Amino acid sequence: MKDSRRRFLKLAGISAFALIGGLGASGAQAQIAPGKYIPRPGGLKAKRWAMVIDTRRFASAEDYAPCIEACDRAHNIPHIPTDQNVKWIWTDTYDHVFPDDMNNHLNTSVRSRPYMLLCNHCDNPPCVRVCPTQATYKMPNGIVAMDYHRCIGCRFCMAGCPYGARSFNFVDPRKYLPDPYPNKEFPTRMIGVVEKCNFCVERLADGKMPACVEASNGKIAFGDLEDPNSSVRQALANNFSIRRKPSLGTQPGVYYLI
Amino acid sequence: MYNAKGVIIGIIVFVIIFASPFWLSWIGTDYTKTGVVLPQGEKQCVEDTEFMRANHMRLLDEWRDQALREENRAYVSHLSGKTFVISLQNTCMKCHNNYASFCEKCHVANSVYPYCWTCHILPEGK
Ligand code: HEC
Ligand code: HEC
Ligand code: HEC
Repeated sequence: MKDSRRRFLKLAGISAFALIGGLGASGAQAQIAPGKYIPRPGGLKAKRWAMVIDTRRFASAEDYAPCIEACDRAHNIPHIPTDQNVKWIWTDTYDHVFPDDMNNHLNTSVRSRPYMLLCNHCDNPPCVRVCPTQATYKMPNGIVAMDYHRCIGCRFCMAGCPYGARSFNFVDPRKYLPDPYPNKEFPTRMIGVVEKCNFCVERLADGKMPACVEASNGKIAFGDLEDPNSSVRQALANNFSIRRKPSLGTQPGVYYLI
Repeated sequence: MYNAKGVIIGIIVFVIIFASPFWLSWIGTDYTKTGVVLPQGEKQCVEDTEFMRANHMRLLDEWRDQALREENRAYVSHLSGKTFVISLQNTCMKCHNNYASFCEKCHVANSVYPYCWTCHILPEGK
């Protein structure tokens, strides 16, 4: 009786040890490639990328057109002439952009001019919480990124996003792109995946500013929100700024100077 | 043995037919040769040829995850020490710029049909 209890305890101990050891070993993932992975040399880095749009200097939708066109070209975004269009940057009216503002007697310039909209790259992105495959995720530099390879097209993220920043590819986007494709260096997307603005991660890694910022003639600032000397922190320190739907607590990374 | 001649000939014929895949492979094509056209003016791939042959699909998966999730968009080769920008379209396909006679040729021979090109743009693609 005593002997068998002793044996049982020994066995249980060894089993528990083996189990823990096995778990530990499976946690450490081996790299397949014999080389080394490094960040791209010459790439731009930040702790928290953010954008400040000086809306006072954009009077009409035409003023935003160069920014939108630059983005469309850089990312092969199609123009689909139906309600199934795909958009990374677009414009809308004050009432639609800032629905929290209840002021009925706003000055006419603020009320009447259009506002540029894009993914807000939130600190607390609802889209990331609802994605069942982790196809959308938050990078350490604050960018909310998409891994199209993992997107299954469930559109939970579209329902989760309070800013309508995401588009679904209802049709093959290549059918609506010019021949040749505007940017042969960047992939298109395909039918059945969701897409959105990526804060030009691929350009930042190449040492370039986002396409819309480059095309804005200095009217859009882009930089590190954690760096007090950055262009965005300077713009925010010296001007009155607002963000979209602050009451939701998503903490957007896109600021509007009013 | 009863009817020995017939039985022995039968066994021999059976063995020959049973082993036919083995015999035919002598006349047929060699599985180690796919007739792929290697890039002109380049001597080395990202890693050595054996590794690329066996593991390029896993390398591409790792490149994708490192580039998109770890912000590591460059790869330092163990073979040559050179640094490559991680990109399927702009690195692999710059050297292997003839998709049909390289990647595709080997893939068709092996019944592999990657779906990457519904998004990534081929060099000769429009
Ligand atoms: C600098 C130019 C260059 C780049 C970049 C490059 N390759 Fe290669 N690749 C070569 C050359 C040259 C060979 C032939 C090497 C030899 O056998 O001598 C080769 C061989 C290969 C082979 C083996 C072919 C065989 O003989 O069976 C595969 C597979 C391959 N490359 C895939 C890739 C993939 C995938 C990438 C991107 C991750 C890539 N290559 C990037 C130049 C390149
Ligand atoms: C020497 C022959 C050969 C060449 C050349 C070759 N491949 Fe492959 N490739 C294969 C084989 C075999 C597989 C399937 C391996 C498996 O299923 O385990 C494969 C699989 C793949 C996969 C994964 C497919 C999937 O469905 O998971 C990708 C992606 C890929 N190859 C890309 C390329 C690219 C890009 C090139 C050209 C630069 C290339 N291959 C050239 C033989 C080759
Ligand atoms: C639904 C569209 C889509 C499909 C299908 C797709 N990709 Fe991608 N892939 C992208 C996009 C978009 C990027 C992001 C490019 C960037 O940020 O630079 C990307 C990035 C990558 C990258 C890293 C950076 C780069 O520019 O190459 C690799 C490697 C890659 N894909 C490999 C593959 C392979 C291998 C396949 C096929 C098995 C594949 N992809 C299929 C859309 C796609």
